[in-house]
Amino acid sequence: MSDRGVVWLGSPSFPEAARTALADQQLRTNLRRATTTIRDKRLAVAAELDDWEELRTAAEAIKRRTARHLDRYLLQLEEAVTAAGGSVHWAGDAAEANRIVAALIQATGEREVVKIKSMATQEIGLNEALALEGITAYETDLAELIVQLGEDRPSHILVPAIHKNRTEIRDLFAAEMAHWGEPAPEGLSDDPRELAEAARRHLRKKFLAAKVAVSGANFAVADTGTVTVVESEGNGRMCLSLPETLITVMGIEKVVPTWSDLEVFLQLLPRSSTGERMNPYTSTWTGVTEGDGPSQFHLVLLDNGRTDTLADTVGRQVLACIRCSACLNVCPVFERTGGHAYGSVYPGPIGAVLTPQLVGVEQAASLPFASTLCGACYDACPVKINIPEVLAHLRAEVVEAKRHPLSPEALAMKAAATVLDSPRLLSAAQKAASLGGRVLAREGRIGRLPGPLHGWSDTRDSPAPPAESFRTWWRKNREGTP
Amino acid sequence: MRIALFITCFNDTLYPGTGRAVLTVLERLGHTVDFPQEQTCCGQMHFNTGYRPEAAPLVARFARAFADYDAVVTPSASCAGMIRENHPVLAEQYGSTSLQQQVAELVPRVYEFTEFLTDVLKVTEVGARFPHKVAYHPTCHSLRGLRLGDRPLRLLRAVKDLDLVELPSADSCCGFGGTFAVKNADTSSAMLADKAAGVLASGAEVLCAADNSCLMHIGGGLSRQGSGVRTMHLAEILAGAEGEKR
Amino acid sequence: MSSRETILARIRGALADVPAEEGPEHVAVERAYRRSHLEPGQDPVELFAERVADYRATVHRAAPEDVPAVIARALTERGVGRLALPSGFPTELLPGGSRQWQSEPLTVPELEALDGSVTLAAVGIAVTGTIVLDAGPGQGRRALSLVPDYHLCVIRAEQIADDLPDALARLDPARPLTFISGPSATSDIELDRVEGVHGPRTLDVVIVEQSVEQSVEQS
Repeated sequence: MSDRGVVWLGSPSFPEAARTALADQQLRTNLRRATTTIRDKRLAVAAELDDWEELRTAAEAIKRRTARHLDRYLLQLEEAVTAAGGSVHWAGDAAEANRIVAALIQATGEREVVKIKSMATQEIGLNEALALEGITAYETDLAELIVQLGEDRPSHILVPAIHKNRTEIRDLFAAEMAHWGEPAPEGLSDDPRELAEAARRHLRKKFLAAKVAVSGANFAVADTGTVTVVESEGNGRMCLSLPETLITVMGIEKVVPTWSDLEVFLQLLPRSSTGERMNPYTSTWTGVTEGDGPSQFHLVLLDNGRTDTLADTVGRQVLACIRCSACLNVCPVFERTGGHAYGSVYPGPIGAVLTPQLVGVEQAASLPFASTLCGACYDACPVKINIPEVLAHLRAEVVEAKRHPLSPEALAMKAAATVLDSPRLLSAAQKAASLGGRVLAREGRIGRLPGPLHGWSDTRDSPAPPAESFRTWWRKNREGTP
Repeated sequence: MRIALFITCFNDTLYPGTGRAVLTVLERLGHTVDFPQEQTCCGQMHFNTGYRPEAAPLVARFARAFADYDAVVTPSASCAGMIRENHPVLAEQYGSTSLQQQVAELVPRVYEFTEFLTDVLKVTEVGARFPHKVAYHPTCHSLRGLRLGDRPLRLLRAVKDLDLVELPSADSCCGFGGTFAVKNADTSSAMLADKAAGVLASGAEVLCAADNSCLMHIGGGLSRQGSGVRTMHLAEILAGAEGEKR
Repeated sequence: MSSRETILARIRGALADVPAEEGPEHVAVERAYRRSHLEPGQDPVELFAERVADYRATVHRAAPEDVPAVIARALTERGVGRLALPSGFPTELLPGGSRQWQSEPLTVPELEALDGSVTLAAVGIAVTGTIVLDAGPGQGRRALSLVPDYHLCVIRAEQIADDLPDALARLDPARPLTFISGPSATSDIELDRVEGVHGPRTLDVVIVEQSVEQSVEQS
């Protein structure tokens, strides 16, 4: 398989990484605080729209239409962007996209670029690839800046530094800003307003001097060639309007058919992501405009596993994702483990269904199991991706891909299936369990167990099986045939 | 109406009292309930763990065992959800056209216990008395799978002398998730700790739900903590008749 | 084969289940959502003012003849004296006094040295409290309302659309558009919103009420 990035090589499996994360009390506190705040806000602004379900249904349908005719819409987009003075490039995988972007930057003669937060460029590891070419990419989104200054990894789609609290951010700014440019002011406090001010001062000169910017895209409209970036801080506007050259990397699934389709997504996205009626800034542009903004615009269309995802008729729905991260914020697993445990640029429920499809299930085999299938993600998803359905589907693919007839799990599952397909064997097994269970039990409860069940029994007692199963009781009492 | 009880393999083995409670309630309401003995398991564990081929024969068995009944009632929201959502999927993936048809015909006649009482029998008052403080945990499959809504609460509110108390963060998952509790035991335990804390904060003497699997998990944690809070299936509370000793 | 051809071929291969005769129009998109979330009888201008203020922007409502005075008062309160003035901004709206109005061409460092900018808008959106700039007359290019730390935007009441669908229909996507909902903000610290990052940290919006004659003309 070609190099697709997405996952962090050498990451432990989810259960192992989760164990480490769960032991970090500060992380647990930070995550709980942040996810609780955003959940309440999201529910409040979604409830303002009494047609929220109709909007979700329309969004899902628009995305389905797009996916089923993706080739047509991409060609239409290419034509419209080109007609408006932009250039379109196609990248099969991460490595090719990085080569294209590096070459475009080199052609300008610049060694520094400013960047708008973008999942696509995280996915392909663009900053690292550019560094190898001697090009420095400065992240300008506050959370991405925090991650970059801390040589950290993102742990959330919308707020990559969600794992850090204000005090940790203050300490990081005080220690690291000076190495990258404008230092943090003396006596910086952990008041978020002061931290935002410090970020403003740190990046100001970079914005004003930048000749090249790199962005992602939230949407690209096929019929008009219009590209859209949704943001809050104004760093996006800086990158999109001050430099001479703009390079946008977008996944091929980000295309939407028409300008008016945005009326659905621009209502759903801010409410689902930051819990606002509208995010502070949304920018749209179509090619280049004489006298306003960059004179060179390049759009890089990225596949990197998306066509493989498209080929799976169940998994395909995941391509509808608009990266709002509502599913992360409502996920009881994410709330406790945080994003790093997923070992992927895409954490949380959406990451658990997207990552294995982008890189192949064998490269992320523990992720489809990192869920209780509680369904909170599906309810929250503004484009109605049935994440539990895809999780269950991918679990079957993992089992199929890794199927070894002699693995303990496969043997147990096979044995259970044989017993469960026979009332006679089930009855016999119940009798055996009843005897065995009562040997283990003290006062009707079974305590700690050895072997594979220790994880279960470390924190829970189990009930001792009853003297007789229901079917035995029924035969004795209702049929008179013990 | 010919009513069959689908006890589920889990309740059959570990919680036969829940099955007897379902019988008690339905019989008190004047219905006859049958227990087809060819029944075993809905295949949920295999399906959710990724062992679909192993689950497929269980779908065929379920369809055979219950083909002749007007209503199949089960005291498990997650098994009802499995049948409703995934039996058609498995039948399509592995079954013959005739199995697909049998499944399609049977699925609409399968009811979770509180659905059957409120939607089909149209009762909420079942003649129960239960003089205790009770909290209700809406399991994920009750809440977001089957969308049981307030059906269980309507039934509980009609129980004489029952003091229904609110469960904090009721709609959060308890962390069971079937094999999740074994594969991701640490995360599951962390979720369990929060759920157990909520139960204790509610002041309930008894925690009930429409699924014994989640209750086994939560009850196991409460028991390990020595909390003294009991867990009971909702059906067992509804079976407690006035004057009758439980 | 180029990557373009490869990707297109992969897409077509992946969509083998889509019948050849199916066109995009055969995939139904039910648009049962509301075109507007305004309640019957609700005043869009009133709602717009309320929603803009929710973002901690300051809203002023003024009759046409009072606009220069309202702008003057806002600028004085903010202590803003040197401003970028986009070409096409109606001079009759400008207050007198000792302020410096800088016209294009302005370099980025020149913009950075100014206190603020005053612009018109293309469209407003009542439900979301959003102003949209399309770089048309009186609005200037995008940098103008971005680099200075203060932005005062003058919008006429009749430019305010009820909701997003109507607003998008009024806009021309070929133009560079900026949707502005309050001052620059971030939710990146503990997922809680604080105002004031890279964009203008202070946003004043002046709504020019319709004069009586205009209302009569429209009805």
